[in-house]
Amino acid sequence: MSDAPETFEFTAENKAKADAVIAKYPEGRQRSAVMPLLDIAQRQNGGWLPMPAIEYVADYLDMPAIRVLEVATFYTMYNLKPIGKHFVQVCTNLPCWLNGSDNIMHACHSHLGIKTGETTEDGEFTVVEAECLGACVNAPMMQINDDYYEDLDSEATKRILDELRAGKQPKTGSQLERYTCEPLGGLTSLTHQEELRAQKVSEKGDN
Amino acid sequence: MLKDQDRIFTNIYGLEDPFLGGARKRGDWDNTKKLIELGRETIIDQVKGSGLRGRGGAGFSTGMKWSFMPKEVGERPHYLVINADEGEPGTCKDREIMRNDPHKLIEGALIACFAMQAHAAYCYVRGEFYRETEALQRAVDEAYENGLIGENACGTGWKFDFYIHRGMGAYICGEESALIESLEGKKGQPRLKPPFPANVGVWGCPTTVNNVESIAVVPEILRRGAEWFAGLGRENNTGTKLFNISGHVNKPCTVEEEMGIPLKELIEKHAGGVRGGWDNLLAVIPGGASVPLLTQDICSTVLMDFDSLKEQKSGLGTAAVMVMDKSTDVIRAITRLSRFYMHESCGQCTPCREGSGWMWRMMERICAGDATPAEIDLLAEVTKQVEGHTICALGDAAAWPIQGLIRHFRPLMEERGAGGQQPVAAE
Repeated sequence: MSDAPETFEFTAENKAKADAVIAKYPEGRQRSAVMPLLDIAQRQNGGWLPMPAIEYVADYLDMPAIRVLEVATFYTMYNLKPIGKHFVQVCTNLPCWLNGSDNIMHACHSHLGIKTGETTEDGEFTVVEAECLGACVNAPMMQINDDYYEDLDSEATKRILDELRAGKQPKTGSQLERYTCEPLGGLTSLTHQEELRAQKVSEKGDN
Repeated sequence: MLKDQDRIFTNIYGLEDPFLGGARKRGDWDNTKKLIELGRETIIDQVKGSGLRGRGGAGFSTGMKWSFMPKEVGERPHYLVINADEGEPGTCKDREIMRNDPHKLIEGALIACFAMQAHAAYCYVRGEFYRETEALQRAVDEAYENGLIGENACGTGWKFDFYIHRGMGAYICGEESALIESLEGKKGQPRLKPPFPANVGVWGCPTTVNNVESIAVVPEILRRGAEWFAGLGRENNTGTKLFNISGHVNKPCTVEEEMGIPLKELIEKHAGGVRGGWDNLLAVIPGGASVPLLTQDICSTVLMDFDSLKEQKSGLGTAAVMVMDKSTDVIRAITRLSRFYMHESCGQCTPCREGSGWMWRMMERICAGDATPAEIDLLAEVTKQVEGHTICALGDAAAWPIQGLIRHFRPLMEERGAGGQQPVAAE
């Protein structure tokens, strides 16, 4: 976890990224870039937005800082305080809950020794509860940083957390023998792709 | 059951190459120039004639919406905004289009923009879909490199740009005017209408906001003809539709089916049936969290389309089917949705800001067995005070699931209060 910096400035690379984002919007509408720029700033600052970064983005876009703060506080993906290196968001909305998200949440709590909203002492993990993340046919699921981990159970959850702690990249997506959102075990539509499905699922399992 | 040859999304599972090589094999970008040369009026007439109704939940005629745009471009440019802020609980269809069949969306956006005389489309993708955004951006880059979009899109002389704008976590931005506010760099709070976006949309310019699926089916409609699409399903409920089947089924999945497929057939043919068999079914929420649930007897016969579900006082919504078997504490399930709406209320209108929290707290009381029958009446009354009294439909969406619960499960709610039926876990 990073402490609050006293000043903030984009790296040269991020400046170039920010300028490319601003160019997507019509002349004089640079304010539209506030959300992506805050995201760039948050990524540069280890996953959260300190006040100097908010003020910096405001200056960058020639906006009053309060308007930028308003945006930063309205959207849930901006973190206004430090988070762990692995930001674990467990979906608990209806389809995930029906398929056992309580168990996933419990596995995170017991395996990491923290409660919802807390960060492990070593700064590796933060666990939060998320609203529907839009992978409902692969429920229950969780998002860790930019990746989705789907079709979970307690064991898979613990394994993923262990692999991350060991510095490995766990298999993303479905943790069952599914490629994406097709029915488990065999296609009921687009059946000419059945052989391909079996092959893809088996390749995925080997990775 | 829909025949494979009538499916539009032939790579919905991502088994083939999602990108340009694979897309071309599936027929995308095949002489798009010829489709553009049909001309604006013909394109809009075809889309109208196909009967396509918006796939984002409201079900308004897509062709009709396009025709609301000004006929002549004045000083203000026209824009297409694509709503990919998929967040209605249960819904995960646009995700699959963006990561597995992204070129359908880009090609559809070009055609839609040409028809509405717009030179740019902004695709607003929910921020959590980071990998989906990467896939879509890759497809956009390919389309530029191959001259399919850009200065002279597909050699038509039409300039067309496709931009991705990532949201950052706010369900309300799926509401079109909140989405527009967000795209302008503000908090996503819905606007009062009128003026409608077709007159004053993003940056004060004429704008049409369409769902991902609505746009992505357009090229196929033009290639095969409006009659083909209109010939699927039934009158006023035409075409194919992506369904998401989640919850207590043996094989949850996403599948493209014909509009109007019986719910029971959808669940049994594609999702492996209800866990423990059809008789173990308690209730289904047929169209995303906002629509009222249906009990088993209705589920046995209802057709999955706009009008059939409306007749049952529910709705097709986003066609996200959430199945609950008899082990479900259905009061707890609806309470969870109430908490969601409280969390996602943008806070602008008092009935929703205050009402969504009030309804959730009352649902918690009922759930815990602390409420009297009179309080259930009071809750029903409050849902009516919220419904229809807010700028956008989030207030309605918070009210409807509770109304559905009271309509179908009132005895259970009363029994819980009398100490007769204690809460059980979902599993």
